[in-house]
Amino acid sequence: MIGKREEILYLLEQNAKLTHNEIAVMTGQSVEEVEALINELEEQDVILGYGALVNWEKTTAAPVTALIEVNVTPQRDRGFDAIAQRIYRYPEVKSCYLMSGGYDLMVILEDTNLKDVAMFVSEKIAPLDSVISTRTHFVLRKYKMNGTEFIKEDEDDREAIIL
Amino acid sequence: MTKQDDRQNNSRFDITDLESFLSDRVQSVPPSGIRKFFDLANEMKGQVISLSIGEPDFVTPWAIREAGIYSLEQGHTHYSPNQGYIELREAVSDYMSSGYDLNFDARSEIVISVGGSEAIDLAVRAIINEGDEVIIPEPCFVAYKACVKLAGGVPVTIDCKPENDFKLTAEQLEAAITPKTKLLMLGYPNNPTGAVMEHDELMSLVEVLRDKQILVLSDELYAELTYGDNKHTSIISLPGMRERSVLIGGFSKAFAMTGWRIGYACGPAVLISAMNKIHQYAIMSSPSTAQEAAMEAMRNSEKHVTPMREEYDRRRRYVVNACREAGLECFEPLGAFYVFPDIRATGLTSSEFCETFLQEEKVAIVPGNAFGECGEGFVRISYAASMENIREAMRRLKSFTGRRINNV
Repeated sequence: MIGKREEILYLLEQNAKLTHNEIAVMTGQSVEEVEALINELEEQDVILGYGALVNWEKTTAAPVTALIEVNVTPQRDRGFDAIAQRIYRYPEVKSCYLMSGGYDLMVILEDTNLKDVAMFVSEKIAPLDSVISTRTHFVLRKYKMNGTEFIKEDEDDREAIIL
Repeated sequence: MTKQDDRQNNSRFDITDLESFLSDRVQSVPPSGIRKFFDLANEMKGQVISLSIGEPDFVTPWAIREAGIYSLEQGHTHYSPNQGYIELREAVSDYMSSGYDLNFDARSEIVISVGGSEAIDLAVRAIINEGDEVIIPEPCFVAYKACVKLAGGVPVTIDCKPENDFKLTAEQLEAAITPKTKLLMLGYPNNPTGAVMEHDELMSLVEVLRDKQILVLSDELYAELTYGDNKHTSIISLPGMRERSVLIGGFSKAFAMTGWRIGYACGPAVLISAMNKIHQYAIMSSPSTAQEAAMEAMRNSEKHVTPMREEYDRRRRYVVNACREAGLECFEPLGAFYVFPDIRATGLTSSEFCETFLQEEKVAIVPGNAFGECGEGFVRISYAASMENIREAMRRLKSFTGRRINNV
């Protein structure tokens, strides 16, 4: 059984548009309790923000996404954090993870087109002193993101009435 | 002269009289009283929000579907043993003992059926002789009464009361028992009301049954879907009940496996072997693919059921709250995926309510009297639907009742 805090987080992660009132009803708490918990979660930076999950391919903006494997030399005392920070501070970088395995950092980049991504890697990431090598992979199609399938096929095919 | 003699005296085969060939038992089962509403709902399917469906909106969890696909890939396309694969029966046995503290021998005390429905029919046919009385508390799943009639039995229905949250009381049970009573059919968590019977309430029934020569069929299809602090209690776990009861279980509701058609019955070897006899001649064996998929369901039951149960619980609270806000009295259902609000404040009958709600607001729900006369004045709302649809349907419910009830 998950706790009340986790249940609220789970619900908001699924649908950030739920009202405090709806969350209160669904989780069997008072609106005041829910509001207090959500405020607390926001203050503690557990909830970092509220956004929409967008399928950009259906828009004219259609940015390009690339996954970049980066090998780096860690720095004395600061490990990978300093170099990671120099990379993730660019707004084009959507996600940045420290990895186990064959490379050190996974950088997920979004930009307007292939060329911009390539230029970003060669001009901003590769020249950094601690960066040993990079490998760039472009995303061709997104099937599923954050638990949501992009191609919805599950029409309700149940009968009209079942007793 | 009997109908048969009459028929034999005719010189020619009379095609227009085909109905007279139908068995009396089949003819004794009337067509559904809410046929008109059914037709209307079917006509409007696709244009309406449907909260009228007694099956999960979830698709079967992927790991279970995967197990079914793998079974086909391996070419497991043959008959299984009549009673079901022993591995599945063992998995059911483990599941019953770890989940409900009930012990059944996989070899002799479990039969795998084609859905819980078949198991209900098997049990009734294995037990009932012409004229035996079967006690059926209503409102309830529509198949109970029909199965009893088809087996030649006499259904003795009990009108459960809204003031008792539609639970069967010991007094009502006592009053319905006659020397001809042979079987009591219980369905809790209940379809259509969502009512559950707690340990103490079941104990009071056990007291009544103690010295009576009566068997119990306990339909526990919705056992996994109970909410609130108390876990499901099976009447079979209470003193003296194990040796006189058949438990009906299934995969449809808890594991979202309705279309696979797979269920089971557990009980004393004598009863199970009799049921298996009918099953063997009528069905042969349950679908092999579904059985292998069901093994995965049993082995990782908590993992599959928990997320669905938690989601149902949130929807349940939402719908109960919405019904009350719409001016409909509504007891808190602690099981299944139904809410059963009282619509009498609107001045409409159950059928009128559902028909006009469908026409004016394009939302389908089911009249309570479809599940027995005592369901009149109530409607069944299924929350096995997406939160998005539930939210919109409840908005429309409020505007519908707002036009009919003051102060909403």
